[in-house]
Amino acid sequence: MPLRLERQESVPALGLIAAPLVALVFTLIVGAIMFVALGHDPIRAFTIYFIEPLTDPWTLQEMVVKACPLLLIGIGLSFCYRANRWNIGAEGQYVAGAVAGSWLALATHGTDAGPWVLPAMLVLGAVGGALWALIPAFLRVRFGSSEILTSLMLVYVAQLGLDYLVRGPWRDPAGFNFPQSVTFDDVAIMPLIFEDGRMHAGIIIGLVAVIAATIVLGRTLIGYSIELAGTAPRAAAFAGFKESRVTYGVFAVSGALAGLAGIIEVAGPIGQIQPSISPGYGFTAIIAAMLGRLHPVGVLIASFVLALTYIGGEAAQISMRMPFDVTRVFQGTLLIAILAADVLVRYRIRRVEGASHA
Amino acid sequence: MLDVAILGAVLASVVAAATTLLLASLGELVAERAGTLNLGVEGMMIIGAAVGYATAYSSGSLLLGTLAAILAGTLLSLVFAGLAIWLAANQVASGLATTILGLGLAGLIGAPFVGTRLDAAPTLHLPVLSDLPVIGRMMFGQDAFVYASLVLLAVVAYGLVRTRTGLVLRAVGESHVAAHALGHPVRKIRTLAVMFGGACAGLAGAHLSLAYTPFWASDMTAGRGWIALALVVFSAWKPMWLLAGAYLFGAVSILQLHVQGFGLGIPSQLLSALPYLATIVALVAISALKRGQGAPASLGLPFVPDR
Repeated sequence: MPLRLERQESVPALGLIAAPLVALVFTLIVGAIMFVALGHDPIRAFTIYFIEPLTDPWTLQEMVVKACPLLLIGIGLSFCYRANRWNIGAEGQYVAGAVAGSWLALATHGTDAGPWVLPAMLVLGAVGGALWALIPAFLRVRFGSSEILTSLMLVYVAQLGLDYLVRGPWRDPAGFNFPQSVTFDDVAIMPLIFEDGRMHAGIIIGLVAVIAATIVLGRTLIGYSIELAGTAPRAAAFAGFKESRVTYGVFAVSGALAGLAGIIEVAGPIGQIQPSISPGYGFTAIIAAMLGRLHPVGVLIASFVLALTYIGGEAAQISMRMPFDVTRVFQGTLLIAILAADVLVRYRIRRVEGASHA
Repeated sequence: MLDVAILGAVLASVVAAATTLLLASLGELVAERAGTLNLGVEGMMIIGAAVGYATAYSSGSLLLGTLAAILAGTLLSLVFAGLAIWLAANQVASGLATTILGLGLAGLIGAPFVGTRLDAAPTLHLPVLSDLPVIGRMMFGQDAFVYASLVLLAVVAYGLVRTRTGLVLRAVGESHVAAHALGHPVRKIRTLAVMFGGACAGLAGAHLSLAYTPFWASDMTAGRGWIALALVVFSAWKPMWLLAGAYLFGAVSILQLHVQGFGLGIPSQLLSALPYLATIVALVAISALKRGQGAPASLGLPFVPDR
């Protein structure tokens, strides 16, 4: 191999910002090839996919609605990934939070419960998600089991649990046997920000999370111990940061935020609990965390980019009859491109004289 | 005699369910023994299922379909290899990216075939052996995928331990620095191991969409790729233990189906969750007992030669 990777001593700040942009451009090029391969005019497809959603106030609101869960989950995952803990089961924690919060909405349904219901639901959602996330954390701390696989397996378990509840005890008796609950009462519904449209108060919670996470990760000892646990675990141990405490901490935070995202989605745009409550937000948020370089503000921007792929995918599905999987391909390509672009920032590619072993 | 016939059929379906897992986990075991943790198994499996089905349906040839599935799994594994091995990107993230991309591409490729059906791969009838009661049906009344998985198991089990190639591969997985110093091309060997894993995952996908459930449905892998990954841990990276693990999980997933059929009043969702819960229990049991023994020492660590 005449080419070689060389680790750079210092990473240029410009590169850190440029890499995600390069990744985006690469993804768009791959997207153009895909559109042509599917027999579509790439310019028309791009217009429908990425431009038109940005010109319509209604779809702009939809973008905020879609970005909200990605943002919340992505921030939580940033805590985990910074600490080198691989929680990939956020989708399950999202479902667990939705279930925990919905329980209260259904328990108070038809009573004259006051406006305390929604805040209590949000708290329950966060607690439910955190408890679900603490299972893989506990198994890792106590038994050394890989949190990657256990957190993922719990996604399937959570989804099946939700399915059971919605088809069984929680099914609306007056719902013609449809597997869905009653529509939540007004006190259990997220307030809308504008009269028309679906944008709800969840995004405010998301923005608060951005600010709080930025402070915790960047300015506190907790943030420092998370960073250190990820980059230099031995040094972290010498500094007296307990490994198990970091594991529990980051899983609890990311589970709570994922659970919060779940109950906000159910109490917001959906308005009732049903078997399918997520188009894969928990997995897409992994990409949001990566694309946002595990920084809350970066995750905020990345969430909007990924929300656009959802909205564009829906638009292309309707007006061009394109399968929704196009969106998954975009998202996968984007993650691949970010990972590759990252390397090109951290390393320099050098030409090497003479043959050397790969 | 009726009971014997039913037992034989149940056992045969256990073997069929286990074969998908065995094929995929064998490939991943080889990749992991060379030091790479490829979380893209689910993606490589589903793209194998989609491409295999599309090719077999269009060409009418199961063999062509199977070969196409192997090729598709291998090609997707190269995406992972490029990222994780040649660009030294984070292996967990690279594997996830591979899975997400694989699921998307498979959905695109399979979309025109939703709702169609194929004739399942024929069972190979061996004279005398296939006619034995109970075990005849289970062991000798299977399709070619089952036999292929067992042959592959023997090849991997022998090859890893008894051949020079296997020794070099394990050396790369245990200490890439030492292997590099000895002059072994670490990244090339890892790439080949990952490609083998991709080929096996593709073949597992073909077994799923051409023999086990001969139709195409998006998400038809339903986490089997992830269970295959867990099986590798469960086996403590030893091929023969994979056989035991795969058949145990095959049995769990088939038995829960039969219990659902009896309708004992147990929620079907709880039974459907059993394979996933069993995976967690198995992972915990194995880590509690062995504390990670048997894992290749360089597993998951990127290698960047500095000389």
